[in-house]
Amino acid sequence: MSAIYTTICYVLLAPLVGGLITGLDRIVTARMQSRYGPPVLQPFYDVFKLFGKANLTVNRFHSYYLVCFLVFIVMSGSLFFAGEDLLIVIFALIVADSFLVLAAYSTNSPYSCVGAQRELLQMLSAEPMMLLSAVGLYMVTGSFNVSEIASYGKPLILYLPGVFVGLVYILTIKLRKSPFDLSTSHHAHQELVKGITTEFAGPSLALIEIEHWYEMILLLGMVYLFFAFNPVVGVVAILFVYFIEVVVDNTNARVKWELMLKSAWLITIILGVGNLFVLYFVLHL
Amino acid sequence: MAFLKRSPWIFHYDGSSCNGCDIEVLACLTPMYDVERFGVINTGNPKHSDILLITGSINRQNEHVVKTIYRQMGDPKVVIAIGTCAASGGIFAECYNVLGGVDTTIPVDVYIPGCAARPEAIIDSVIQALGILEEKQKQT
Amino acid sequence: MGLHMNWILFLILFPLLPAVLLLFFRSVSIQKWIVLVASALVCAGSIGLAVTCTQAKGQYFPITSDIFNKLIVAGDIVLALVFLYVCRRLPLKRYWIPLLAIVQYAAVVWFDLSGRVPETTHYIFVDNLSVIMALVIGIVGSIIAVYTIGYMEHYHKKHPEIPDRRGKFIATTFLFFFAMYGIIFSNTITWIYFFWEITTLCSFIMIGYSRTKEAVHNSFRALWMLLVGGLAFAAAILYASSICGSVDLRQLLAMDKSVVMLPILLMSFAGINKAAQFPFAKWLLGAMVAPTPSSALLHSSTMVKAGVYIVLRCAPVLHDTAAGAMVALVGGLSFVAASALAVSQRDAKLVLAYSTIGNLGMIILCAGIGSHLTLWAAVLLIIFHALAKALMFLCVGTVEQMTGSRDIEKMHGLITRMPLLTIIMLVGIAGMFLAPFGMLISKWAVIEALATRNPAFPVIVIFGGSLMLFFWMKWMGKLIAVTGPQPRQDEGIGIEWFALTGLAVLTTLAVPLYPFVGIHMIEPLYGFSPMLNWNVIWIVGIMLGLILILPLGFFIHWKNLVHVEPYLCGANVTDTHQFMGSLGSARDWSFRNCYIDKYFSEEKLFRGALVGSIVLLILMFSMEKL
Ligand code: SF4
Repeated sequence: MSAIYTTICYVLLAPLVGGLITGLDRIVTARMQSRYGPPVLQPFYDVFKLFGKANLTVNRFHSYYLVCFLVFIVMSGSLFFAGEDLLIVIFALIVADSFLVLAAYSTNSPYSCVGAQRELLQMLSAEPMMLLSAVGLYMVTGSFNVSEIASYGKPLILYLPGVFVGLVYILTIKLRKSPFDLSTSHHAHQELVKGITTEFAGPSLALIEIEHWYEMILLLGMVYLFFAFNPVVGVVAILFVYFIEVVVDNTNARVKWELMLKSAWLITIILGVGNLFVLYFVLHL
Repeated sequence: MAFLKRSPWIFHYDGSSCNGCDIEVLACLTPMYDVERFGVINTGNPKHSDILLITGSINRQNEHVVKTIYRQMGDPKVVIAIGTCAASGGIFAECYNVLGGVDTTIPVDVYIPGCAARPEAIIDSVIQALGILEEKQKQT
Repeated sequence: MGLHMNWILFLILFPLLPAVLLLFFRSVSIQKWIVLVASALVCAGSIGLAVTCTQAKGQYFPITSDIFNKLIVAGDIVLALVFLYVCRRLPLKRYWIPLLAIVQYAAVVWFDLSGRVPETTHYIFVDNLSVIMALVIGIVGSIIAVYTIGYMEHYHKKHPEIPDRRGKFIATTFLFFFAMYGIIFSNTITWIYFFWEITTLCSFIMIGYSRTKEAVHNSFRALWMLLVGGLAFAAAILYASSICGSVDLRQLLAMDKSVVMLPILLMSFAGINKAAQFPFAKWLLGAMVAPTPSSALLHSSTMVKAGVYIVLRCAPVLHDTAAGAMVALVGGLSFVAASALAVSQRDAKLVLAYSTIGNLGMIILCAGIGSHLTLWAAVLLIIFHALAKALMFLCVGTVEQMTGSRDIEKMHGLITRMPLLTIIMLVGIAGMFLAPFGMLISKWAVIEALATRNPAFPVIVIFGGSLMLFFWMKWMGKLIAVTGPQPRQDEGIGIEWFALTGLAVLTTLAVPLYPFVGIHMIEPLYGFSPMLNWNVIWIVGIMLGLILILPLGFFIHWKNLVHVEPYLCGANVTDTHQFMGSLGSARDWSFRNCYIDKYFSEEKLFRGALVGSIVLLILMFSMEKL
């Protein structure tokens, strides 16, 4: 039963919480740049405004991919908060991201397509670590089910420090924050205009924003799993990790895709796989 | 809807100018003036923006570009001509290929005089433009 | 029981009839009818077998008369002569190709005739794995055969320079069925060996069909590579009959591991060879010069599947041994290397070939580990891969015929030119890697099964899978780019449509059917799997529903859409594929996918994969006693 409640909570509250976190993010960012920053509710104002704007499209198909994107993001997050299998959560997330990429490809616009390629590279960089953390959580808890991982009771972070650091590293890619905001970013930049989102305007852009919130909550939920033994510690950890992301976002310039791919895979192999091997030998010897 | 007023996203185009006004527009984004306080974001993409800021005058080369960008903005939208150049062609008005101010090419909603226009004036113009934006939205 | 026996004999022997008929009837329309009727019968036969005969534990069908055995020996001799015959024009310095055939056949036939091969009556054996394989061969294979009719028609119209021997080509297809059914139902390794070499011969004929220089070259490369596998198989027969004292596969598998390890490894080696794993990947890559239906056949339901089938059979012995782990690593290496290599390929058929090698690598990986869960996943992979891969090949073949190119870059915006075909192709691609389609369910099962073990294995699958996602996605993106109004292209007509839609429907249908296959066929074979719990089935069901229903929205004409041209920094001109250059004239822009040659090109990776896999194979044999 509780699975149903948490799922409903996720579907209803994730955009709210996600929007609030984004609002705080923008204020903290502004303060770091010694600016005053927008109101906390600014992300919501933006989204509501976008819904009121004209829906510009290049062709009549590409905006619809975003609907599929939204459905699968919500599906992925719902599965996560319903305590289902972590692997299928990640796979559903991949399907969702694929729809975003397809949407951008469908526009047949140069900037969008460059963004789409870069998004693919981002997926290529980040996906191994995501799946690996699921495997790591399984090795400790003996289950892929989020509900069982969450109720495991012991601090998983102690078993999986390397995996956790790796996950935080690729979180920057997944949250599209600098230095890994290759496919699109929240700040103005001329090099690829708005990357993957270039051709989406008005309501479509609002959808992308909402999807981003859903995705963010899902990813932060994965971070929480490592600290699930104590909800307070878990929430503090989430806030801390997000704060680190903001700091990184503000102190790093965008890198090239090669550096992203290499560093992400290196971190995955050294920290993630290394951690798993150590764990395997400790558990089995 | 009031939300439009709270989140004006701008797109900045620099025509035939001396780049003076251009720099002043960017100054608005700096910590000194910080227009993000009002929810303003400099988008760099006409499709995402509500307000088109144009500095500098229109010439035969950029006339087509300005028209295209204007067309690619989603309704409701407003155009602000910043600086004397954008208003009338300014010191470039007599040049062989200059058509004149922005209004020779696309409809302009707010003019800001000055050579260069001051950041305060630019921010003020954005606030004025918001009123026009709202009116435009009501009409549609 | 007699009934089952009849089904089996029918399946094995019947395909010979159309094969012979096709050689004699030259009229195209008669050939067409022969193929249609025969394919329907083969397909029906396989389904009939599956319906009447689900033998969890397996069932022998004793054959007491020695006549069959004599026939097989005679067949071996004939085959040896055929191999020598096809090598007759080879230059002298490639003497080792016929030598490979001579050595193995001389040894096997001599052993057989001198009575050194132990007697057995258990020639035919059926269990659920054979039934599943029969279904895959019967259904996918016969659909491909039907497609072939239409394809060859176009093919010979397009290439008048190639002699029209289509009867022979389609006859080879049916000979293939004969051999495949032989492999999966035979229980003695001498019989399997006979059929095994027939598949080698068939692929040789098919690859060299066009008789161009390249085709001949590639066909001989395939021949010698596959004969190496045959040699290993022959060695397995000699060892098994002289040391283990049995050629009964069941009995061998039940023996003590230390006794049978070597013949089992030799057979696994032959399987790895036939499944085109590294270091033997080259033969399958070269096979794409053949007409597309043969590629589809080789890659999906026959040939390579015989390779993974035999490794799967050997899995109980490989389970929990160091040598088995090496087999798994060869598969794993092939999976990662082939997926990485596919990233840098522009040629659609090459991408498909590499992805086949990769997916088979995953199956070999599962078989090498050999636990119940991984075998479970392997069987699912076999089913789903056959469907989606056959579909992809047929689509690419059709595109090639209609547009004259199989360059992925040239498929840019295909959806505006050939919408129906593209949609079918999208189903195929989605079937290869996207949740909730089969391959993804299998990958999921694989990771779940491997996570309990050494982390090296899940890591291999995860990295390979990510690369796979990358190259499929960028291909998919190319297809769906909407390039504005374009002239509709002829999408190919007639009988091919039946094959394409049939496979697309099957690829999709296989997803909701997987629990049934799982419960009725795989579970009795390998036991329970986590993939069968109701939660999983529900989730897969919901996702499938979504992925089928959501695209319907594309047909809705949304209101309030404001059409504008794509953003080109304001430099748009009327043609969307041009922009206004700085000198005031319109210039073209175009857009290419990234292929990352810098890291994933063949020059960079192929040699490494070869060396790595050879080292692993040497390790595999040296670890035989561990
Ligand atoms: S108005 Fe003056 S400062 Fe502004 S662009 Fe023109 S010349 Fe430069």
